[in-house]
Amino acid sequence: MTPPTPGPAIEARALRRIYKAKPNPVVALDGVDLEVPAGELFGLLGPNGAGKTTLIKILTTLLLPTSGTARVAGFDVVTETARIRRVMNMVSGGEQSGYGILTVREQLWMFSQFYGLGTRQGWRRTDELIDLVGLAEQRLQRVSALSTGQRQKLNLARGFINDPWILFLDEPTLGLDVSAARDVRDHFRNWRAAMPGRTALLTTHYMAEADELCDRVAIVDRGRILALGTPAELKRRVQKESLFRIEVDRLPDGTASLARLPGVLSAVLSAAGPGVVSPDGVTVSLALAEDGALAGVVAALAAAGVRLRGLAKSEPTLEDVFVELVGRGLDETDEADEAGRPAPTPG
Amino acid sequence: MSSSPYARDPAAGPTEASAWGFRRVLATNLRAVTGRAYPRVRGSLREKSWIFFEIALPFLSTCAFVLVYRALEAPEAYIGFAVLGGAMTAFWLNVLWAMGAQLYWDRGEGNLEIYFTAPISMMSILVGMAVGGLYMTATRALVIIAMGSVLFDVQYAIDQWLLLGAVFLLTLVALYGLGMLMASLFLFWGREAWHLANLFQEPVYFLGGLYAPVKVLGPLAALAIGLLPLAVGLDAMRQLTFTQVPDIGVLPPLAEAAILVVMAVVFLLLARIALRYFERRARAEGRLMARWQ
Repeated sequence: MTPPTPGPAIEARALRRIYKAKPNPVVALDGVDLEVPAGELFGLLGPNGAGKTTLIKILTTLLLPTSGTARVAGFDVVTETARIRRVMNMVSGGEQSGYGILTVREQLWMFSQFYGLGTRQGWRRTDELIDLVGLAEQRLQRVSALSTGQRQKLNLARGFINDPWILFLDEPTLGLDVSAARDVRDHFRNWRAAMPGRTALLTTHYMAEADELCDRVAIVDRGRILALGTPAELKRRVQKESLFRIEVDRLPDGTASLARLPGVLSAVLSAAGPGVVSPDGVTVSLALAEDGALAGVVAALAAAGVRLRGLAKSEPTLEDVFVELVGRGLDETDEADEAGRPAPTPG
Repeated sequence: MSSSPYARDPAAGPTEASAWGFRRVLATNLRAVTGRAYPRVRGSLREKSWIFFEIALPFLSTCAFVLVYRALEAPEAYIGFAVLGGAMTAFWLNVLWAMGAQLYWDRGEGNLEIYFTAPISMMSILVGMAVGGLYMTATRALVIIAMGSVLFDVQYAIDQWLLLGAVFLLTLVALYGLGMLMASLFLFWGREAWHLANLFQEPVYFLGGLYAPVKVLGPLAALAIGLLPLAVGLDAMRQLTFTQVPDIGVLPPLAEAAILVVMAVVFLLLARIALRYFERRARAEGRLMARWQ
């Protein structure tokens, strides 16, 4: 086996996966091209049935592609599974793995053995991770007695047990309440901060999660990547201009003077919001060609002796991006997927 | 190496981290055996109800056969045959349900994905299941033998302890080899394999000679000896345990020990081949994923 050349942590080329189904086969992945450099937290955002889980199962060596190639840590997912499995781990949402009769501590130790940790080393690491994910109080509690959130923390600890170089996270906050989901996201953030150079691929259909955690996001639907970029880049796709709302104490020359400033596309009195032409102040909506133009606006206001009371940027969400690309929301059911019919090729 | 509690791997990168030598591969697989055996051993110590379900209830079946033999005034050795058969039934049931069907359950719970994405051979998981299962099953078998022997005053006449021990171990290896083979069938066929196991259970009770010597099956005895490790092992063990009863075996114990060696090798080999084949098929068809996905 030749050692792989340094390259992306995760790579897919023309990846296709077709499931046999009646009456017609289902195209789960339809020519996916992807490159995730080492150290990145990459998100796959899409609705149920988009092909996210299929992609993650191929990358974690659980599923063979119908055609195309995929490499993880430089190793081929079809022929070099052993090497991939030594450096990665996976955490899925709603996962019920392990054996309920064991305690939290025993269960984690059992999993440590599958990665070759020595007996004492396994117990030590188990205790470290239990503390890390905040399950110290449940250490000696049976796994069967854990709440959904605690269970997912345990799954998370299992995912870290072998100190993976590449971590696959398949809907890790699925079914968790707001607080538990926030805890889980915090752990990913802490892990990234503590372990630079480690890569994670996250699938989710929670847009805020992708926005909050990921360096880059691919929007997936019907087995295809429709758009790829940083969350900010993606959002800029649907918003060609930058929108700001400013609140000032007064506007002696009206909005016309603002509209004439370089980079300002429009300046209108806001139709809603506090302080709209009121004794308390004035709120103006600004459309700028780029964020940089804001500096000129602020400088002009200062020169006119106007006091700036508030400033907020209005941004589209990733859901807006999805709607723009697909023509429906993330949570709207895709009838073709529900019926198990092959999805039509998106235009 | 970072001092972060997340950190464990001192390798410079994934390429170095994935380059394992033979010793590390072997050590990891041996640890996986321990890891997989652990919940079975731990569970049996923690959940005491199994003593009732796994020992007391099966012992009743053995008692029923003993009482039938007594009522029919069968030779006293038949009481011993039934007790020995009752003890060995435990291993057969363990192989059929706790070995064969386990991977089916594991897939439903999501454990299968973890086994397959861990850097270990599935054979280690199966061996771990066997070792863990043996702990509980051997206890059950020993208790049935001890209780049966005391209650029914079974008279043993053993001349070749070493051969008896070897035959017993070979029977277990062949039997659990068959269990591993069945596990890979379950992995692939799932629910259909469940029916297959149901189909096997009673015929093996009949052909395995669990409560009567295999020889009484007549022409079917050869079939049983050729196919079922349980039948061969029991036949040999009865000959070695009740030497006072002449001419009860289908073949001499040494010949049956040789058959067991062949069976052990063949079943283990077949299990390995089947696992590789079915893993490939299962990866191609998406059968390794948990049902809820």
